[in-house]
Amino acid sequence: MKYLCLVYLEKDKLHAVPDSECLACGNGLRASGVLLAAEPLYPADTAATVRVRNGKPTIVDGPFAETKEQLAGFYLIDARDLNEAIQVAARIPPAREGSIEVRPVRELQPSRESPA
Amino acid sequence: MDASHPIHETVNAVYLSDSRRVLATLIRLLGDFNVAEEAMHDAFRAALEQWPRDGVPANPRAWLVSAGRFKAIDAMRRRQRFDSLDALGESADAGVVDAAAWADAESVEDDRLRLVFTCCHPALSPDAQVALTLREVCGLTTEEIARAFLTPAPTLAQRIVRAKAKIRDARIPYQVPAPAELPARLDAVLRVIYLVFNEGYTASSGASLTRHELSAEAIRLGRLLVELLPEPDACGLLALMLLNESRREARTSPDGEIILLDAQDRSRWNRDFIAEGIALVERALSSRRFGPYTIQAAIAGVHAEAPTAAATNWGDIVGLYDVLAQADGSPVIALNRAVAIAMRDGPAAGLALIDGILDRGELSEYRPAHAARAELCRRLGRTADARASYTRALALARQEPERRFIERQLEELS
Repeated sequence: MKYLCLVYLEKDKLHAVPDSECLACGNGLRASGVLLAAEPLYPADTAATVRVRNGKPTIVDGPFAETKEQLAGFYLIDARDLNEAIQVAARIPPAREGSIEVRPVRELQPSRESPA
Repeated sequence: MDASHPIHETVNAVYLSDSRRVLATLIRLLGDFNVAEEAMHDAFRAALEQWPRDGVPANPRAWLVSAGRFKAIDAMRRRQRFDSLDALGESADAGVVDAAAWADAESVEDDRLRLVFTCCHPALSPDAQVALTLREVCGLTTEEIARAFLTPAPTLAQRIVRAKAKIRDARIPYQVPAPAELPARLDAVLRVIYLVFNEGYTASSGASLTRHELSAEAIRLGRLLVELLPEPDACGLLALMLLNESRREARTSPDGEIILLDAQDRSRWNRDFIAEGIALVERALSSRRFGPYTIQAAIAGVHAEAPTAAATNWGDIVGLYDVLAQADGSPVIALNRAVAIAMRDGPAAGLALIDGILDRGELSEYRPAHAARAELCRRLGRTADARASYTRALALARQEPERRFIERQLEELS
């Protein structure tokens, strides 16, 4: 089962963990077959938010919600269950500076007309 | 079938004694809480039909698990939902796996522990952990839990539905944690049990002081845990609950008024609970890897062993609070320690500590802190300070007996 581990950090902690350490963590997880993808993100003030209403896209700057911690990167992993996913998340270096949200990945169901 | 048939009573008795075990094993075999619950009820229905005809099986529990499993697989086939079999995890395998898989006594006992740890999984909200544990492990109905927690039944039902959906969707595994994770996960289980106990022992709001059924349920859970996983702090928690419970009869008057520890009629304390609690404390202490529940139980044990309030060994109690305060720096423990020091060294020493805690602003909204300060001021003859603190405590009281108690204290001041 796939889980997306979302890394949240406060703005001044975006570089608190050296890139080399994150790289090593990613390589280790990839070697053990757990990691499907992982990327760090530029700060939230580089973001553009897109909405389509009445067929027309509108674009505003910044992320949808102003919160203290911002999305700083993600790890897409393949784990047996939530306990294994939590164990992996605890090994992600920025966990000690910010927080890691572990979300199960839902599979799209083409037969489903609208969300339940 | 005639409801008065003796087999009907047998089935009822098996339901009371074994339905939780059957459910716990069916959840493992079928991989889904709701499917397992339905299967268990189908199995008991089948028992009502078949046992009068064929006799009660030699091992009713194994029969029920087997019947439930086949009923569930049957139901899945009938609904022609073979595509969802994958989603049910190991259920497809369960259909072909030999009965030996669940007949093994050890794995069946483990199922009850799996159920406890899954219901108390830290990925579920604390409210959901409590509701799910009472529903699935204790077998209380949604209505019973709702009544005990003064929560509307639909809210509680919704909480349980969401928790089960999360277990399924996030794939919270049905397993006993690995040794490395066990201490933290056991703490979560102990916290749930103690929360249930306390809600029954000192109801957080409402007209009556206690809700006895919840405390009894928590003690039952504590016993189950000690039986399945005799870790020192599990023994410590059970001891703590038993020692507190031993005073239940003595801590309220017939008209529901609070009687504080020093004024309680100690002949009304339950000696059986005290003996069992103290034996458990000693067992936990001798392990030398006990935790905060064991220390609190040891404190309750010192009170329980004192023949009169005046004979209480406050020196021992202060010593135990020192250990507890080192393990857990919470201001509530600091407050209790201050009260114990007041008892050992006089009210002035305790008051200085309580004022320090309140000055740090940590317990300014905590009723017992103001009530304790008021009591020490009263003993020191500082009537105006006592009145101010009782008044503050009264404003924070959320329970009728508490309010009346503080009002009586205020009246006695004048």
